[in-house]
Amino acid sequence: MKKVYGSAAEALDGVLFDGMLIAAGGFGLCGIPELLIDAIKEAGTKNITVASNNAGVDGFGLGVLLATRQVKKMISSYVGENAEFMRQYLSGELELEFNPQGTLAERMRAGGAGIPGFYTKTGVGTVIAEGKEHKDFDGQTYILERGIVADLSIVKAWKADPSGNLVFRKTARNFNPPAATCGKICVAEVEEIVPLGSLDADGIHLPGIYVHRLIQGKHEKRIENRTTRAA
Amino acid sequence: MAWDRNQMAARAAQELQDGWYVNLGIGIPTLVSNYIPKGIEVTLQSENGMLGMGPFPIEGEEDADLINAGKQTITELPQTSFFDSSQSFAMIRGGKIAMAILGAMEVAENGDLANWMIPGKLVKGMGGAMDLVAGVGRVVVVMDHTSKHGESKVLKECTLPLTGKAVVDRIITNLGVLDVVEGGLKIVELAEGVSDAEMRAATEATIVG
Repeated sequence: MKKVYGSAAEALDGVLFDGMLIAAGGFGLCGIPELLIDAIKEAGTKNITVASNNAGVDGFGLGVLLATRQVKKMISSYVGENAEFMRQYLSGELELEFNPQGTLAERMRAGGAGIPGFYTKTGVGTVIAEGKEHKDFDGQTYILERGIVADLSIVKAWKADPSGNLVFRKTARNFNPPAATCGKICVAEVEEIVPLGSLDADGIHLPGIYVHRLIQGKHEKRIENRTTRAA
Repeated sequence: MAWDRNQMAARAAQELQDGWYVNLGIGIPTLVSNYIPKGIEVTLQSENGMLGMGPFPIEGEEDADLINAGKQTITELPQTSFFDSSQSFAMIRGGKIAMAILGAMEVAENGDLANWMIPGKLVKGMGGAMDLVAGVGRVVVVMDHTSKHGESKVLKECTLPLTGKAVVDRIITNLGVLDVVEGGLKIVELAEGVSDAEMRAATEATIVG
């Protein structure tokens, strides 16, 4: 069993196809699988549906795949920082399914955990609830949301060992673990692959069972909204 | 006279209670952390996966892996913990967060909240707001009482798509504080220099009592 690949392109070889559903980790530009996104651009895969909390910014992150028109549909909670996204959406070129952020995270978690649907109060009485099954439990109304199972998950972690065990850093963890679990195949990119045995087994954030392919690479890690206080 | 942004944030900070875990939204709610009363210990949650959010970093100490829900660089504290997004919303949906302080575009007298889109104009998304208002113990809205054109944002019914139905407990505006009660809104407090008549004139919603 060999999980470590030499490049993003090699790690994606044979797993991409037109019309596929990809789950991507990241929040804003934090903890996004930037190397795998660039490799999907190079591969030219078309009509992709992407489940990701955000859609990157113009020219970076998932914004790269929007610019090339490779994305048919986004499933996201917030798309505010991407002018090209807004343009394609308002002109009808891009489909958009808004999911509340926690509902999106739980849809991924549930999909990866073999749970086809779950009831939540989130969105009851709003457009999100339209067309969904409503059910009362203990006097409160809930709606049914479906688990997501993606054809491919692309995630970014801080460190990995060759068996695919992942450790994330600070708030760059965000959607990466739930996204990783919901893919039929998960490819992870990390800043550093360390030798087997050098990660604390009690401190593994995502066990290697969820990770099928792995690459190490240099990350730009762009800051979206640099904010400081007076020293 | 009425409250400015900082005075509204300072008033909202009076809502905090010792030991609470709290989520602050983007905009004026973020300023609330500057006014946490002495002797009150609250832990701030950032829904992208952090409890124990610290202040903004000093220049040179920004970390791309350490941001808040507004994507701003922040810092950690000795009690900070990090977790993934499903865990983050499990604690929100599960009622572990005592209070959320959020901005709004419109609030209605039954507690309906609209703060995520203006059809045809502004389509940014709800982010975590729908989960927060459905899950936390108490929802406090902080916003300007009227629009730039002087129209009331405190309405009988919201005109914009809702973020949540009957979810708001308390509204803090530049004119004062209102509670959502049976039959409408109740004036709890007037901002310094604002008269009862001014508050009523600026409010489209039914005011009871």
